[in-house]
Amino acid sequence: MGEELRVFIWLVNSLSRCAGRRFFGKGRTKPYLRDVSWNHLSWIGADSLPIVSVIAACTGIILALQAAIQLEKVGALSYVANLVGFSIVTELGPLLTCLIITGRAGAAFTAEIATMKISEEIDALEVMGMDAVRFLVWPKFMAMLIMAPLLTLWSDFVGILSGGIFSNAVLGLSGKVYFEQTATFLKFTDVVSGLVKSAGFGAAITLICCWQGFLARDGAADVGQRTTKAVVQSIFIMILLDLFFTALNYIFR
Amino acid sequence: MASRLQAPEIKLDNVSVGYGERLVLQNITATLPAGGISVILGGSGCGKSTLLRNILGLAPLIGGAITLGDVNLYARSEEEMVALRMRLGVLFQDGALLGSLTLGENVALPLHEHTELDEALIYEVVNMKLRLVGLEQFIDYYPRQLSGGMRKRAGLARAMALDPAILLCDEPTSGLDPITSADMDQLILELKATFAMTIVVVTHDLESLFTIADFVVVLEKGRMLFTGTLDELRRCEDPYIVNFLDRQPSRKSAILNDDCLFAKLRSRQGAGRG
Repeated sequence: MGEELRVFIWLVNSLSRCAGRRFFGKGRTKPYLRDVSWNHLSWIGADSLPIVSVIAACTGIILALQAAIQLEKVGALSYVANLVGFSIVTELGPLLTCLIITGRAGAAFTAEIATMKISEEIDALEVMGMDAVRFLVWPKFMAMLIMAPLLTLWSDFVGILSGGIFSNAVLGLSGKVYFEQTATFLKFTDVVSGLVKSAGFGAAITLICCWQGFLARDGAADVGQRTTKAVVQSIFIMILLDLFFTALNYIFR
Repeated sequence: MASRLQAPEIKLDNVSVGYGERLVLQNITATLPAGGISVILGGSGCGKSTLLRNILGLAPLIGGAITLGDVNLYARSEEEMVALRMRLGVLFQDGALLGSLTLGENVALPLHEHTELDEALIYEVVNMKLRLVGLEQFIDYYPRQLSGGMRKRAGLARAMALDPAILLCDEPTSGLDPITSADMDQLILELKATFAMTIVVVTHDLESLFTIADFVVVLEKGRMLFTGTLDELRRCEDPYIVNFLDRQPSRKSAILNDDCLFAKLRSRQGAGRG
């Protein structure tokens, strides 16, 4: 436990130093580090688009269906738009998107760093005088901070759109009414609160997954165990953060 | 590029290392000569790789000091340590090349990090280093596409990228066939002759020892048994060292020296076939 805490503090400290050097330092980013960052941006962002789109579309349809069952009874079918829009933008968009990112990118972060740790590649970086956190974690952290909110925004759009198309085609709700209702009901702060949530989730996922990777010690079996731990801990922390952000949102609404 | 400094000697002064309660190395004292090849020899688990990690400053000491030239390795700030490590080249056991980068990118990594050379010049240097180890035609290959021997040679090229004053090699011939092992020994000798570096090799390969060593440190169970030249090692009468050099087993065979067990195993094998 002591060792795990020590590595966590070291990781947070090293990341803070990277942030300080990046935003307040005088030197420019080395070109090869820029390439690493671009690769992560593309891998986390563009490559996740298909799966995020499919999940968001299904979520929009599921929410429209669930809402219709209840709202039809009281003759308020047009409120399907409010329920779908609000649920997706403030809650399900950020949460489901970041769950996908945890499974796709977070698990890969842990496995990559753990394997590098076991095969002495991290030691090799250190003896070459290179900061392993700056080379391995910082590009992932920045890519996640940028891509988690962007993917969430895309997921919000696809979820609302699919809910609207479904409501129009199956529930008989006018598309114009659906989108007008959504635009009137949703506030800009709702969208922003969802994006802030996803940025927070993204930072937590990167920190936990990379931390677990650096803790790997005992061969290939440890890589698997650390990856499992990283995914479970990321989901747990994401739910806690979600509770925290939602409570804050409620207090300052 | 970092200018090459004169090869320093490495002094181990009463070095002790441990994990928790367990002492892995006890009171190791030796001076590894400047510009020569020192071999740290010992059986599996005797602490030789641990000693190498300590010479690299990768693991804490319980007691003693390690000095490179006149610099105490364990009394330096983090920034000074980074500067010092630019003078060290390290070949890890399996090369430790970054799997996500090609050979060329692996060798270029320290040059990108520590120099302001432009891309064209870095490409030239990388080509030169890979030519040094005979791998220039594999510049665009990934480590997984190479054999174990080629990965080690590529690791050596990366270790040489910044023209280090000290080269440390962790079991450079382990897992290699005799010809590839001999090639690796030859390469280490060429590097010593060409660049006049202080080279430290951790190994238990006797062929390698007798080919490359100028100075030998023998470890057994974390203690130092011997330091001296190859000739002094050959004359040493310590029973462990004599057995080690003669490749004698440390224990009698449990099967061949127990008639009862031998007969039982043979009869069980016969029954299994019947």
